[in-house]
Amino acid sequence: MALLKLERISAQYPGATEPVLADISLSLGPRQLLVALGPSGSGKTSLLNLIAGFVPTSAGNISLDGVPVKGPSAERGVVFQDDALLPWQNVLTNVAFGLQLAGVPREQREAKAREMLALVDLAGFDQRQIWQLSGGQKQRVGLARALAADPRVLLMDEPFGALDAFTREQMQELLLQVWQRTAKPVFLITHDIEEAVFLATDLILLAPNPGHIAERLQLDFGQRYAAGESARSIKSDRGFIDTREHVLASVFSQRGVSREQHA
Amino acid sequence: MSSYPLQSVRADADKTTAKPVRWSLSTRSISVLTLIVVLAAWWAVTAAEVIEPLFLPPPSAVLEKTWLLMTSGYMDSTLWQHLGASLQRIGLALVFAVLTAIPVGIAIGHNRIARGIFDPLIEFYRPIPPLAYLPLIVIWCGIGEFSKVLLIYLAIFAPIAISTATGVRTVDPTKLRAAQSLGATRWQLIRHVILPSALPEILTGVRIGLGVGWSTLVAAELIAATSGLGFMVQSAAQFLVTDVVVLGILVIALIAFAMEMGLRALQRRLVPWHGQSH
Repeated sequence: MALLKLERISAQYPGATEPVLADISLSLGPRQLLVALGPSGSGKTSLLNLIAGFVPTSAGNISLDGVPVKGPSAERGVVFQDDALLPWQNVLTNVAFGLQLAGVPREQREAKAREMLALVDLAGFDQRQIWQLSGGQKQRVGLARALAADPRVLLMDEPFGALDAFTREQMQELLLQVWQRTAKPVFLITHDIEEAVFLATDLILLAPNPGHIAERLQLDFGQRYAAGESARSIKSDRGFIDTREHVLASVFSQRGVSREQHA
Repeated sequence: MSSYPLQSVRADADKTTAKPVRWSLSTRSISVLTLIVVLAAWWAVTAAEVIEPLFLPPPSAVLEKTWLLMTSGYMDSTLWQHLGASLQRIGLALVFAVLTAIPVGIAIGHNRIARGIFDPLIEFYRPIPPLAYLPLIVIWCGIGEFSKVLLIYLAIFAPIAISTATGVRTVDPTKLRAAQSLGATRWQLIRHVILPSALPEILTGVRIGLGVGWSTLVAAELIAATSGLGFMVQSAAQFLVTDVVVLGILVIALIAFAMEMGLRALQRRLVPWHGQSH
């Protein structure tokens, strides 16, 4: 039933002696929000780039619905960390961009774009220019743009990493609402432990040298939020704190191991 | 003790804020004042007959001549006809240069093979002053309109192609990836991402190109032409009609200034996002 499947993936940049990722296997299906958490150098961005098709794998298979992934495509929508919007177009045209590329008639694509803007709480922002938006608003437009093209899976590259703490919390909640309503499988990478624990249905911990999966966890905090519990109550919950501390300890122990290996 | 430097800083600040109150002239008004002073000096020097009108005619004579040139003309053509001839040449050259240099620039910035082909060709002829190869163009294409348009075309082509290539090479890779993951084909990438991203650089290239093209044109008309502003200045000089020479130079400067201002306005209009924080 898995939609996106990675089987024993390795990746190595041309000229590098060490691979950035080794032997990664994972699957992403409907109603899943898979978060890859790891420190810098653990290869999480490389992993996302492989799934998006921006860089080729050196070994292993990536497939979406059984079809091998070759290069970027509209089936795998991407939300980037920094603003990848087109500043020469207004908000509405940016959100409708994917549909425009696919040749959807103007009225139809703008109706869809308005629908997506409403979904990310930006109704009425159609005619704004990109440079008039705040960081959080830009990320919402980026999310709406990725969703408007109706991808099979949504890939998110540290989407809230550049935002301030308050905006980041709001965006996490917004993402859970959108994920709940659109039922899109989401693959998200982050280095923020609390964010990872809060959002993930499935959490993988990446460790460096070379990037590999150190631990896999199944969590339900995001689902609890989607079911109506408040974010504050979840995040102050004993279970949430224990999980967060466990993951934190795990990340540090991984670092310790890699440091000893280097010594 | 510790408050001493703080106070001195504050005293400095007071001084700097006090100054503009007394001299509240904007940079623009200083420029306008400078021009007025130069004009007044010109008038004074000629009115006092320090310099003979043959070397420097008074402003009034140049103004009078302007009226004469606009109505009855010089060397069988009015000022408008000379101006029109020059503008037509540079206009034609500009249109052809824009139509060819932008695609070539995109190819250079986007494609390794195209860069290999065009880079040495452009870098070979670009540093040569156009007037140095004008004689060869005249030998090949004669002395007619075509060779002048070709000369200016070549002068404009290089800066536009080079800045387009730079603009294409510096496109934000994240924007390219974003478009690719929305399903953009190669052509859609060029049309929707690369070309608009490079537009500020392209317009800068056009500005530089027009400047070079205009000076090349006037210089070419000095050498080989029977109409145009450069020709007007050159033939007037041969008959020592200094007021026409001065007038011609002023008109040439005015046109260059107008083109620069027009392109800056165009740049503000076409690329309002340029220079905005994002």
